[in-house]
Amino acid sequence: MATLDAPRIVTSRATYADSHTLSRYLDTGGYQALRQALTMFPEQVAAQVDAASLLGRGGAGFPAGRKWSMLRKSPVSYLVVNGDESEPATFKDHFLVERDPHQLVEGVIIAAFALQVTQAFIFLRGEFALGLERVQQAVNEAYEHGALGRRIFGSSFSLDIVVHPGAGAYICGEETALIEALEGKRGFPRIKPPFFPAVTGLYGEPTVVNNVETMSNLPWIVQHGGAAFAALGAGRSTGTRLFALAGRVRNPGVFEIEMVKNTFRDLIFDPRLGGGIIDDRRVKAIIPGGVSAPWFGPELLDLPLGQDEVGERGSMLGSGSIVVMDETSCVVRAAWRITKFFSRESCGQCTPCREGSGWLERILYRLEHGGGRLEDVDLLLDLSDNIAPGLTWPPQQTTICVLGSSIPSSIHAAISMFRDDFYEHVEHEGCPHD
Amino acid sequence: MTHLRSELRQRAEELIALYPRRRSAMLPLLHLAQEQDGYLSDEAMAEVAELTGTTPAEVRGTAAFYDMFHLEPVGRYVVGVCTNIACLLAGGEELLAHAGRTLGCSVGGTSPDGLFTLEETECLADCNIAPVVQVNHRYVRTTTPELFDALIEDLRQGRLDHDVPPHGTLIRVRRSGGLRVEREELAAERAEARAARDARAATEAN
Amino acid sequence: MTDQTRTTVSITLNGRAIESPVGELLIEAAERAGVYVPRFCYHPRMEPVGVCRMCLVEVDGPRGATLQPACFIRVSDGMSVNTESDKVKKAQDGVLEFLLANHPLDCPVCDKGGECPLQDQTLVHGSGETRFVEEKRHFVKPIEIGPLVLLDRERCIQCSRCTRFAAEVAGDAQIDFAGRGDLIEVAPSPNQPFDSVFSGNTVQICPVGALTAKPYRFTARPWDLEQVESTCTACAVGCRIAVQSAGNRLTRVLGVDSDPVNHGWLCDKGRFTLESVDGHADAADPLDPRTRITEPMVRREGQLVAATWGEALAAAATLLRDAAATPGGVGAIGGASLTNEGAFAWSRFLRDVLASEHVDAQYGDGLDATLIQALPRATISEAASAATVVTITGDLREELPVLFLRLRAGVASGATNLVEFAAGPSALRDLARVVLAVRPGETALVAEALAGASAPHGPRVDEADLATVRNLLGESGRGVVFVVGRANLAEHPGVVETAILRLARRYPEATFLPALRRGNVAGALDMGLAPGLRPGRGFDAGVSGRDALAQLDALASGEQRALLMLGGGLLGNVTDVDHAIVALQRAAIVAVTGHGDAALAYADVVLPATVQHERSGTVTNLEGRVTAVAAKLAAPGSAWSDVAIASELAEELGRHLGLSSIEVAAKTIEETTGYPALSVLTDVVAEGVVVGRDERFARRPLDPMAIPGIRSADSVGLASFGGDTLTLDVSRTGSTVSATLDDVTVADIAIPPFDAYALSLFVGRRLYDGGVAVRGSSALGELVSSTTLSLNHVDLDRLGAAVGDLVTVRGPRGTVELPVALDDQLARGVAGVTFGTLARDGANALATLMDRNAVTVQVRLETR
Ligand SMILES: Cc1cc2nc3c(=O)[nH]c(=O)nc-3n(C[C@H](O)[C@H](O)[C@H](O)COP(=O)(O)O)c2cc1C
Ligand code: SF4
Ligand code: FES
Repeated sequence: MATLDAPRIVTSRATYADSHTLSRYLDTGGYQALRQALTMFPEQVAAQVDAASLLGRGGAGFPAGRKWSMLRKSPVSYLVVNGDESEPATFKDHFLVERDPHQLVEGVIIAAFALQVTQAFIFLRGEFALGLERVQQAVNEAYEHGALGRRIFGSSFSLDIVVHPGAGAYICGEETALIEALEGKRGFPRIKPPFFPAVTGLYGEPTVVNNVETMSNLPWIVQHGGAAFAALGAGRSTGTRLFALAGRVRNPGVFEIEMVKNTFRDLIFDPRLGGGIIDDRRVKAIIPGGVSAPWFGPELLDLPLGQDEVGERGSMLGSGSIVVMDETSCVVRAAWRITKFFSRESCGQCTPCREGSGWLERILYRLEHGGGRLEDVDLLLDLSDNIAPGLTWPPQQTTICVLGSSIPSSIHAAISMFRDDFYEHVEHEGCPHD
Repeated sequence: MTHLRSELRQRAEELIALYPRRRSAMLPLLHLAQEQDGYLSDEAMAEVAELTGTTPAEVRGTAAFYDMFHLEPVGRYVVGVCTNIACLLAGGEELLAHAGRTLGCSVGGTSPDGLFTLEETECLADCNIAPVVQVNHRYVRTTTPELFDALIEDLRQGRLDHDVPPHGTLIRVRRSGGLRVEREELAAERAEARAARDARAATEAN
Repeated sequence: MTDQTRTTVSITLNGRAIESPVGELLIEAAERAGVYVPRFCYHPRMEPVGVCRMCLVEVDGPRGATLQPACFIRVSDGMSVNTESDKVKKAQDGVLEFLLANHPLDCPVCDKGGECPLQDQTLVHGSGETRFVEEKRHFVKPIEIGPLVLLDRERCIQCSRCTRFAAEVAGDAQIDFAGRGDLIEVAPSPNQPFDSVFSGNTVQICPVGALTAKPYRFTARPWDLEQVESTCTACAVGCRIAVQSAGNRLTRVLGVDSDPVNHGWLCDKGRFTLESVDGHADAADPLDPRTRITEPMVRREGQLVAATWGEALAAAATLLRDAAATPGGVGAIGGASLTNEGAFAWSRFLRDVLASEHVDAQYGDGLDATLIQALPRATISEAASAATVVTITGDLREELPVLFLRLRAGVASGATNLVEFAAGPSALRDLARVVLAVRPGETALVAEALAGASAPHGPRVDEADLATVRNLLGESGRGVVFVVGRANLAEHPGVVETAILRLARRYPEATFLPALRRGNVAGALDMGLAPGLRPGRGFDAGVSGRDALAQLDALASGEQRALLMLGGGLLGNVTDVDHAIVALQRAAIVAVTGHGDAALAYADVVLPATVQHERSGTVTNLEGRVTAVAAKLAAPGSAWSDVAIASELAEELGRHLGLSSIEVAAKTIEETTGYPALSVLTDVVAEGVVVGRDERFARRPLDPMAIPGIRSADSVGLASFGGDTLTLDVSRTGSTVSATLDDVTVADIAIPPFDAYALSLFVGRRLYDGGVAVRGSSALGELVSSTTLSLNHVDLDRLGAAVGDLVTVRGPRGTVELPVALDDQLARGVAGVTFGTLARDGANALATLMDRNAVTVQVRLETR
C-alpha cells in the first residue's frame, strides 16, 4: 500500500475545472508566496530553496539551490524555464502547464527574485498549443495583477517573462540546445566545457535553467519553508514528486507522491494509483525514468522511488516517467522504437550519435521485421560501446551531449535481460508476437 | 511590400521587441509565417531573415531542423499519431495504419482532398490517454479507430473549428504586458534596489 | 602553485613530459610534439567545434580518464593525455566506421581520391571490411549550389568546415546545415545561390570530395600533380599559394597558410584565374585577352606579323631611340604585373638607357606615388589587430578580398574598432562602430573636420560621430591604422590625397595601409616605376616626370612620341578610354606583354614576356612584404622574362644593364639598394620580409589537410635556376633617400557646390570586372556583371523607376542608357556605376560619363 498522506505540493488545484484561471488561483492562495518572498532578502529566499534540498525535476536531478549558487554574479543574467518535455512517456510538465500555469509563473517570479534576474523565459514545447495559450494567458494576467512587470507589487523588483514556443525537437530539452533555440538557432547542444549555463549561457551571459516542475514547487517552499519540504522524503530525495505512469497499467496518469516512502510496486499496483497491470499479467520490465534510463526487471519492483536508490542500481529516476511492459510486450520492438526515436531526434552534429543511432535503428528494425542475424546482437553491443564506451552507468560518452550516450541504455538493457528474445527473433525471422 | 500581412508584420515587430537580440525571435516568427501560409514559403523565410538579421540560408537551415515547420504546403489539418513507447504498447502503430486507410494517404502524405496531412509523431506527452492523436497540435483524445473516423468526420464538417484552428495557428493569446525595457534603465533600477537592500540589511544588523 | 606569469604549462603526452603555451589546444600541442591526432572538423583558422569526434583522446581528470576531443580541450598544467591507448584506438576506429557507414565508396571517381583524409584514415585505421549491410543514404548526385561550387551530399561527413567558413570567416552564411540527425545536409537558400567571392575556400577545406570546384573537377588526379609554393598576384594582398600543374598545364591553385598574410584563404578570382594564364588553345587574336602571346610581332603594312626576336628588338630600339632624341619624347606606362626584378630592369632601362623620368606603374586610378611612399606603412596584421582601423577605400571585399577577411576577423572579434568613410557600398559596413557618410568630393572636408578645425562648408556629418571618432583616434593616432585607397574613381584623386595628407600630419603616430589594387603595384613603385621614385623604395626630390595621365596627354598632343607599354590592361584601367585611344593612335608603341590586349591594336612592336607561374622572382604586396614567386611552367613559344627583354633591348641600344639573369637582377637590387630580393628569392620558406622593418615571422605549419598527399616538385618552391648558383651573401651597400610627408604636395581642390537637381557620380569596382584575368577564365567570365546605375531607395522612388528599368543618364559629355539597380548603401543624391563592366550594348558607359579633370561628376537621370 502506498503512503499517500503527504501534502499535495504542486497538484493541489488540479481537481478544479478552472484551475488555470487567475481567479481560482487567487482564491486558493495564489501569489501570496510571492508577496511573502518580496518582503525577504533574495538570499533568504534562495536559502529556503537550498534548505529544501529541491532536486531538479528535469532529469539530471541536480539540487536547485546549488545550481543557483553557481550563477556567476554579473550585471546581466537570465532565468530560463525548461518546458520542452519530450522525453518519451513523460507528461508531468504538460499536466502542470495546462492545469496550473499561474503556479508556474509565480514560481518563476520567485526564482527570478531570488536570483535577482530581470528577464526570464519560459520555453514550452511547441506541440503544447493549449499549454502555450494557458501560460501566455497566465503571464498576461500576472502583468495585469501587478505580479509581473515594473516594480512588482510595489517592490523595487522588476521582471519580464517571455513565453517562447519550441518547434518540435526533443534535443531542445537539453539545456544548452534549448539556449541555442532561444537564440534563434538550430538546437545543437553546446560542447562542454563550460559545463553549466550558469557560467556561460544565453547570449554568453550567466543563465539558470530549471524545469517546469522544479519551478512549480517554489510557491509552496516559500510559504511553508524549506525545512517542511525537506521533512518529506528521505536522504537527498526530499518533498513529493510527480510520476508519470504509462504502459501496460490499468490506470496510467500523473501522480504526486512522496519520494522514497513509496516503491515502484506501490505506484504501479496501488488501486489509488496505477491500479495494477492490464489483465493482471506479469511485469516483464519497467523503464524507471524516461527512455534514456536503463530498464529494471520485476525483481526491483520493491525499490523505493528515490534518486540515489535508483541510481545505485544502475539506472535513474530521470524525468519521473515510468513505463511498464508486461509479458505481451515485445522488448525488441520496444528497444527498436526507442532507438528510432533517438535516431530521429539526434541533432546530427556529432558523428557517433548521428550515424550510430541510425545504424542501430536499422539493425533493430531488421531483427524485429525479419532479416536479423545472430551476430547482430553482438554488433548492437559493440556499436553501442562505440557511443558509450564500456556501457557503464552513468555512461561514458564519445558524443557531445548525453542524448548520444543514452541511446545504448535500452539496447544494452534489453540484450542483457532478454538476449534469448533477440535470438528468437532471428530464428523466427521477425517478431514472434506478431 | 512585405510578404507577411500587415497585422502579422506588426506582430512580428512586437515579438522581436520582446527579446534582447533580434535573432531570438526566429522560432516565434517562423510560427507566425506559418500561421499566414500554413507552411514556410521561400518568400516568408527571406522576410524572416531580414527581420532577424540572418541570411535566408540560415533561416531555412534553422526551420528545417524543427519538425513543426513545413517547407512544403500541407493540409489544413495536420494529424499526428504517436507510436512512441507508451503508445506503441497501447496500439499506436495499428491506429496509425488505420488513419492512413481512412485518410487515403501514407505517413507524410496528404489526403486526396488536400485537407489532411498525416504524420507519425514522437511522444506527445499525453501518455495516459494512449495512443495519442493531435490535430494541428491540439489533443483530440482519440484512441480507437471508431473515434478516429468520427473525428475526421467532425473536422470535415467544420464542427471542431473552434477547438482546432487551421494548421500553423499556434498561440491565439497575444502577449499584452511588459514590453522590454532597456538594459541601462533596468540596471539603474537594480542599483537602486540593491542600495535599498543594503541599507535595510544595515539597519537590521544594528 | 601555478605561477601567474608563466606562459607555458607542462603536460604529459603518452608518458612524455612536454611544455606547451598556455591555452593551446591539445591537438596543436600534440602536433608540435610530433604526435598526429586524426581529425576532420578541426581547422586551425576557425573556432574549434569538436563535432566529428575523430580526435578523441584520453585525458586524465577528476573522474578518471575520459575521452575528450583534442581539438577542443586546451592544455592545463599537469594534464595527462594518452593518444594511443586501446580505448582511444577503439573510439577513433568507431568514429571512422560510423563515418564510412553512409559514405559512398566511389574513391576511384572522386576528385578527392588520392588526397582524402577520410581515405587516408581508412587505410591507416580502417578494419578493411564493413559491418554495415544496410542500404546507404541516397541523395541526388552533385547539385550546383553556386556558380563555382558543386555539392555531393552523399560524400559529406557533416564536419561543418564549409558552413563555419561561410558564417565565421566570410561573414556571410550563404550555406548552412538544414535538417536534423542523419538527414542533415549543407544547403543554400533556394532564393540565394552560394556566390560568395570566397566560395573556393570551402572546396579547399572540405576534407572529403563533397564540395568540388567546377573549374577543377575531373581535370587531374592528385597523384599526377606537382606543385610549387608561390605568391598570388591577382591583387596586391599577395596571398601565399601552392601552384599545381600536370604536364605543362596549370590545374589548380590552393591557399597556403601564411600567418601575416592570408591565413590559408584565397578569393575566387585568385584561385580560378588559372585558365587566363595559360591562354586558350584556340585563341590567336592578339587583341583577345584569352590569347597567350608567344612570339614577337612587328607591324607591317598595318598588320601585326610574327617576327624574330632580332627583328623585333631592332624595330623597338629604332622607335625608342628616335623618340628619345627629343627631350620628353619617350616614357613608359604599366609594370604592376611584373616581378620586382622585371620592374627593376625596366626602371634602370628607362633612366639609364632612355634617360626618361616619364614612367608610371599606375593608370591614374591609384594614389600619388610619392604620397604612398612617404606614408608610414602598416602591415596587414597590424591593421587587423589595431585598436582602431579607419577605412577610406572602396569595398574591400570587391577590391582586396583577403584583406577584407583579415580586417573583418579583427573587427568581428571585437578587438578592433572600425570607422568607415562611407563613400559607397562596403561589406564591412555592418561591423563599423562609426560610419561617416562621405558624399562625392567631400572626403577631404570630412578629414578636415576630424582633424580638428571645422571645415568651412561643413559636410553633413554628425558632430557626435565626429567626436566618437576623434576619441578613437586619440591625441596622436597611436594604435590607429588608416586603410587608404580610391573609393570613388569619379572623384578627383586630389580629394582623397588631401584627406590622407591632412590625417597623416594630424596623427603622426598612425600608420597607413595603402589599398592599392593591382598585382605587384607596390613592388613596381618600390622599384622606381613612378616619377621621382628610385629602386629600393627610394626617392629623388630633384626630378619630376609625367605620370600616366600626363603621358597620355603628352602623347595625344604629340609632345611625347613613343610609349613603352609594360603589360596589358591600359585601356581597361584608364577612366577616359576615348582619350587614351587617341593618345595611342598618335604615338609609336612598344608593347611588352604576355597576353592579348585591346591596346595592341595600336602597337608597333610586341615583345612576348613570361607571365605569372612561368617566372621566378620576388614581388611586394601592399604592406611592403617581399615574397618569392615561383615558376611552375616553362614559358611557351619564345617568351622571355622582362629582365631578359630589358637587357637585350638595352644591348640593342648599345648599353649594358648588367642583368644577365633574374638572380643577378635580384642580387643587384639587394646590393645596390639594400632592398631584399636575392635573400627572399632563395629562401621562400620565410614569410617574406617587410621592407623597412626586416622582420621575419615564424611560419605556421600548413594545415595537413590543406594540401594533402601531393608530390611536390620543389618543395621549397623554386624551379631550378639556370646559370651559376649565387651566394646568399649580398653586401647591402645601397642607400636611397626616402620620401617624407614634407616632400608631398597634392592638388589644390575646390569642391563644387552640391547641385540639388543632379546626382553625384560614384564609381566603384567589382572583383569580377571585365579585366583580363576574369574574362580570360571561362568559369569567372560568366560572373562579370553588366553595368547598372545604382540608387538608394529614396532616389529610386523620386525617379519613379523600378529596378531593371532603363534610364537615360546625362553626364558632362553625353548620355548613356543603363538599367537601374537598388543599393541602399549608397547615400542619397549619389548614383553608383561600376567600373570596368560593360553596358548591354558592349559600350563602356564610363567613357561617356566620366570627366577626369573634374573634382566630381554630376549626372541627371531621366526615365523613358
Ligand atoms: C537529451 C536531453 C533532453 C532533455 N530534456 C529535458 C526536458 O524535456 N525537460 C527538462 O526539464 N529537462 C530536460 N533535460 C535536462 C536539462 O538539460 C536540464 O538538466 C534541466 O532542464 C535542468 O532543470 P532542473 O535542474 O530543474 O531539473 C534534458 C536533457 C537531455 C540531455
Ligand atoms: S550526442 Fe547526438 S544530440 Fe547530442 S550533440 Fe551529438 S548528435 Fe547532437
Ligand atoms: S572533434 Fe576534434 S577534429 Fe573533429
